[in-house]
Amino acid sequence: MATTTTLAEADQSVGYAARIEHVSKSFATPGGRQLVLDDITLDVAPGEFVTLLGASGCGKSTLLNLVAGLDRPTSGSIATDGRPALMFQEHALFPWLTAGKNIELALKLRGVAKSDRRDRAEELLELVRLKGAYGKRVHELSGGMRQRAALARSLAQESRLLLMDEPFSALDAITRDVLHDELTRIWEETGLSVLFVTHNVREAVRLAQRVILLSSRPGRIAREWEVGIPQPRRIEDAPVAELSLEITDVLRGEIRRHGQH
Amino acid sequence: MASTETTPAKDAAGVEAGLDALETTATSRPTLRQTFTGKILPPVIALAVVLVVWTLLVPTVDDPSKLPSPAAVGDAFKDAWLKGELLGYIWTSVSRGLLGFLFALVIGTPLGLLVARVRFVRAAIGPVLSGLQSLPSVAWVPPAVIWLGLNNSMMYAVILLGAVPSIANGLVSGVDQVPPLFLRAGRTMGATGVKGIWHVVLPAALPGYVAGLKQGWAFSWRSLMAAEIIASFPDLGVGLGQLLENARTASDMAMVFEAIILILFVGIAIDLLIFSPLERWVLRSRGLLVKS
Repeated sequence: MATTTTLAEADQSVGYAARIEHVSKSFATPGGRQLVLDDITLDVAPGEFVTLLGASGCGKSTLLNLVAGLDRPTSGSIATDGRPALMFQEHALFPWLTAGKNIELALKLRGVAKSDRRDRAEELLELVRLKGAYGKRVHELSGGMRQRAALARSLAQESRLLLMDEPFSALDAITRDVLHDELTRIWEETGLSVLFVTHNVREAVRLAQRVILLSSRPGRIAREWEVGIPQPRRIEDAPVAELSLEITDVLRGEIRRHGQH
Repeated sequence: MASTETTPAKDAAGVEAGLDALETTATSRPTLRQTFTGKILPPVIALAVVLVVWTLLVPTVDDPSKLPSPAAVGDAFKDAWLKGELLGYIWTSVSRGLLGFLFALVIGTPLGLLVARVRFVRAAIGPVLSGLQSLPSVAWVPPAVIWLGLNNSMMYAVILLGAVPSIANGLVSGVDQVPPLFLRAGRTMGATGVKGIWHVVLPAALPGYVAGLKQGWAFSWRSLMAAEIIASFPDLGVGLGQLLENARTASDMAMVFEAIILILFVGIAIDLLIFSPLERWVLRSRGLLVKS
């Protein structure tokens, strides 16, 4: 099998945050093997913000799991610059720990000395504007606060690449809007690379430097767009809306093909 | 682009602070008065009703050897107290029960973890373990007496056979109910293998485990009482089960009632003092305790 997954040493720069080469993935189903991802080749440059956009069944979450190392590709190879952090649609914070202790657990598992953990956790909470939430339990936080705490926990892993699997799709529109601003700010401050999965075209355009559209069943790269609109953007800005419209039309065309039989 | 006085970053911070304030609700503990009317008063009233019905029944039965009056049972308590024996009975049984329970904890916990995590072990003994829960532990008393004789080890053996399956099964169902999302989140943070079990699986399984402990205590207490009643032997010291058996032999119905009331209340008291607070603490700290 041509599967090789190499983790580059964290200290040396390898010129990419993630390198996905000819990756295919199929799953065994009762009706035979089903191809979910077909020959995906994609680089995420250091410090780049890329969104993967697609309708249901395009395998975007599957691709993210492969990059996170939670699953292996059927063929092709994936290399990342160190172990990536992964953020889910649900916050996935541990309810038996406070917000601060959740972050400290990530630090501990990374090998940060006990004496440094508390300060670092407070710093990260301040970065996501949750100062004072250190001792709060997960259930005492609102939806938006939970996702910010989850973001802080992901940042605690000090990964060069942050994978985000529709992290804001369960939030109300106002909160999501604010979190877009926060994510852009934190991305600019930290110089992280982000691979962000969504089915929301405007969200993709609002956030990314590059939008990659996946077709469905199997997931293939259909098209990609460079987004030249300067940050800070707002989701209501005319250039954002204009590009969103263009991408939506292509996306609809892709979806329509599935109904023509 | 819209031009405003504030920078976008500051604006976002302000909106965010507002949203946080709007969406978090303060939780408060119930007041002393609420606890009294909601938690203490109802059982006190129920107890009073039982006493009244009991008192009314005494003249209709009119046979102290079948139904003693509450006053006669009260006298039995007073006698035992004045002779300095009451606490001795209780302590004999409670110390046996708790020590046996601790043994059960030490055996049941690793056993539960093995069954939950090792597929072969689960297939081999999982069904037996859950089946054992429905076997009345009193069934173990005769073989235990034959194997171990009339002594304290026999009592502990019976407690273990009653409580270990409950504790192990509680942990198994706790582990089974750990959301897969937590396991994935743990893995992306590097919590795999033993680290994953220690930092993710065990804490996530705690509510099920504590429920198992609670049931394990109830089973320990029941098994012990069965063992004490059946294997009543003077050299073993008089626990609550023996007290009941002695009272039956002496045809002292007031003492029989005394023993039954003690067995019931000690079982409830240990649950209320140890296991219920433990369970409430675990659930409350996770926001799982629904306030009505």
